Parts: sequence; C-alpha cells; structure tokens
Amino acid sequence: MKRVYMDHASATPVRKEVIEAMLPYFDEHFGNPSTVYDMGSKIKQVIEEQRAKVAKLIGAKAEEIIFTSSGAEANNLAIKGAALARQKKGKHIIISAIEHHSVLNSARFLERMDFEVTYLQVDENGLVDPKRLSAAIRPETILVSIMHANNEIGTIEPIPELSAICRERGVIFHTDAVATVGNIPVDVNELNVDLLSLSGASLGAPKGVGALYFRDNLRLMPLIHSGIQERGRRGGTENVPAIVALGKASELAAKELPDKVNYARGLRDLLVAGVHERIEQVKYTGHPKKRLPGHASFCIEAIEGEALIFMLNQSGIYANTGSACASKALKTSPVLVAIGIPPDLAQGSVVFTLSSSNTVEEMEYVLEKLPLAVDKLRALSPVWRTKSAA
Amino acid sequence: MKFVENQPSDDTLDLVCRVCPLHLLEPGDKLNCLKKGQVLEVLTDYDGALEDIPNWCQKCGQEFIGIEEDDECYKLYIRKNK
Repeated sequence: MKRVYMDHASATPVRKEVIEAMLPYFDEHFGNPSTVYDMGSKIKQVIEEQRAKVAKLIGAKAEEIIFTSSGAEANNLAIKGAALARQKKGKHIIISAIEHHSVLNSARFLERMDFEVTYLQVDENGLVDPKRLSAAIRPETILVSIMHANNEIGTIEPIPELSAICRERGVIFHTDAVATVGNIPVDVNELNVDLLSLSGASLGAPKGVGALYFRDNLRLMPLIHSGIQERGRRGGTENVPAIVALGKASELAAKELPDKVNYARGLRDLLVAGVHERIEQVKYTGHPKKRLPGHASFCIEAIEGEALIFMLNQSGIYANTGSACASKALKTSPVLVAIGIPPDLAQGSVVFTLSSSNTVEEMEYVLEKLPLAVDKLRALSPVWRTKSAA
Repeated sequence: MKFVENQPSDDTLDLVCRVCPLHLLEPGDKLNCLKKGQVLEVLTDYDGALEDIPNWCQKCGQEFIGIEEDDECYKLYIRKNK
C-alpha cells in the first residue's frame, strides 16, 4: 500500500547523509570526549564542530549552544534553569496558554516551588498580543516564554515584538523553536531572544537530541549535575552519534531551507484549497497567513479526529489530531480551546505537516481519500444527521 | 582568607550555577585572554571555590588578590602574573 507521511511535526525521517555521518561514532570513534588521550580529544573537537554548525543555522555563536537529549529537555533547561538561577530577583514568570507540554509542565513544576505563573491568552488565530504581554510584566517578573510557532495550529508568533518588550523591561525571553528550526529561517539576533530551544527530531536528525541556545553566558541552573560536559551546564557523557547527526542535519537544513519553505508552502496551499473545495463545514485553524509553510490544520464538523486518523491510516495516510504528545490523552486540545474553538468542533481536529519528501501526487491522493473518510464518519454521526436534516 | 572591597577588574568570569570543577578550568582560559597585570573577577556561588581558587593561583603562579561577598555570590579577584 502507498504510504503518505504527513506528520513531520511529530517526527522526521533521518536523512541518509545524517545516518552516514553518525555511524562511525558508534564503533570506530567510540571514545569518551572528556578523556585526555587523542581518542577522546579528537571526538571533543568533533563535538565542537557540530556546535558551530548548529549555531550557524540559527545565527548564534558556537559557545552559545548546549546540547540536550531533546527539544523537551531544552525547554525544561530554559524554563527551570533560568527561573531557578534568578529566583532571588523575583518569582514570577509568563508563558502563553498554547505552549507545548514541556514548557507548560515546567512552569507548573515551578508553581509547586512557589513561583507564580501568568498564562497569557491568545486571539482566535493563536497570536499573543504584545500589549497584553506588556501589561502582564511586573517588577518581579524574571522570565517570559512564548513559542515561535505552534505545532497544532501552525501560527507564528510575533517574537521580535514580544522580545523587544522584555529586553526593555530587563526580563529574560525564551522561545520554543522546535516547530520552526528547519522549517523557516530562524535567527536568534533577529528574534532578539535570550534562550531558544530546538529539536533534532524535527530537523532530519534522530529522536533523542536537541539543543538550547543561551545568549551571552546567561546564568542557568543545570538540571543534570555532573562534571565538565557542556562546560558544567548539562552533565552526562555526550551522545556523540546524535550530536554528529544534529550537526549534519543543521548543515543540510541551512543549505536547503529556502527551497524547502517555498515547496512546502505550495503543497500546503494545494491541500488547503482542495479541502475547502471538497469538504463542507471545515474550519482552517491557526493564522491564515502568519503560519508555518508546511502546516495545515483543520477542525472538521461532526467527526472524531481520532477516528479520521485511523481511517486515513487504512489508506496509508499518516496525519495527526494535534501534538504527538497530547493526541492520546482523549482530552480537548487546550490549544484549540484557547483559540475559542467550541469543544464539539475541536473533537474533529486533524493536522497535516508537510516536508520536502511530500509530492503533488500525494496531495491529490489525500484529497481523494480524505473526503471519502469524512463522508463515512459523518454517515455514522447522529450530530451530522441532525444538522443535515435541519 | 583576604577580603577586599570595590576591587576594580578588567574582565569578569561568571561561574554562578556552574558545577565543580569548572571553577578550576575556566579561569585559566579567561586569563589567557588578559595581559600581564590585569585583574580577573570570578563570580561563583560554590563554597569550595574559596579554598580551591587561591590554591590554584599558587600552583599556577597567578596572584590571588582576595574575596568580596555580596547577596548573590562570591567575587574572587586574580591578577595575571604570567
């Protein structure tokens, strides 16, 4: 059966070039980078080369990159690490109401440690209002975290505007860029952020590697205490093959990004137009223009998103109902609730995230199968029957 | 232990929140960027550094000037001798 993978926000296939680059570091170059003999010191040098490649992708300096085990760990280190290092100055932090669980639950953890958290509401497109952020900042605010783009609705936040407010008020600004690095150009200086998280899994590297950018030797309380790895900011012997993979994936992304952006946007527009043409009662969620190029998210009336995903799966089509982490929770998506989608409509959420590996033929195949699946599910739906009769 | 007040410095190395043994590795790198006679300020919240850094200075032939404590951290001052 044909396989059409359209869930690149959950995971990306590891590039062949990336696999080839990382393989020698499992056996031939297996040494510990912290050792002083050449088997170790050469690997330490390789790690520094990868650090420079990741830094280049986001316009940072090599010494501003900390390797982590995932985007989630990078978010944890940014939120908990920055807050704990600054708690003598204040214990108030601000995040948006649509953050990924790794940011949201880090903030909730800090609440247990007597920090106070403000959850900023967003508008119907998922955008954070800079005026609302400005009004929420207090003298004791030490950290603001607003995601660069939302993985469920694709909306890209006005980060330069938001970070400028924080810079002026002396508040550290973090952005979760897991959904954007590798999908759109990301430059830490243009964004004017102090901390930025990224993940290998959304970049063509394997799962289990990520990185945190931190500006100008910013103080961070480590989450993993050990020795000299990552210059004392993140302990534990380095996952060298994964770091090499992230470096290679970053190098490839930097070269291919402009073409990828245009290509993914073209496919996305084709898909969105086709869905609106062939399926009635569909809401395109997220901002219509300020959104990730390969991201199409819908709420389809009178269907269960989960059921639709299984039906598409039977046709070899792989999409998602929301974020990979939250889709199994059988709970209305907090992101869709935050943008004002009624709970019954939010049940019909489906998200397609496209990449360079997708084709026009695949979009046509999906546009053939998706309306059929929706029709089948609606035929079983008492809600739809009532609406149709009315 | 020698305490100082308002000691001027030419550069600062912030090691607050950084773990042992970074306080013995990073000052050497930072001093390499300074000229002979210039002063490095090391910020740390690690108690062990109060003993380790003066000893490290003695071993490396650098001058340990003294310590100042504020609400947030210790400030240790090293003059580059060579």
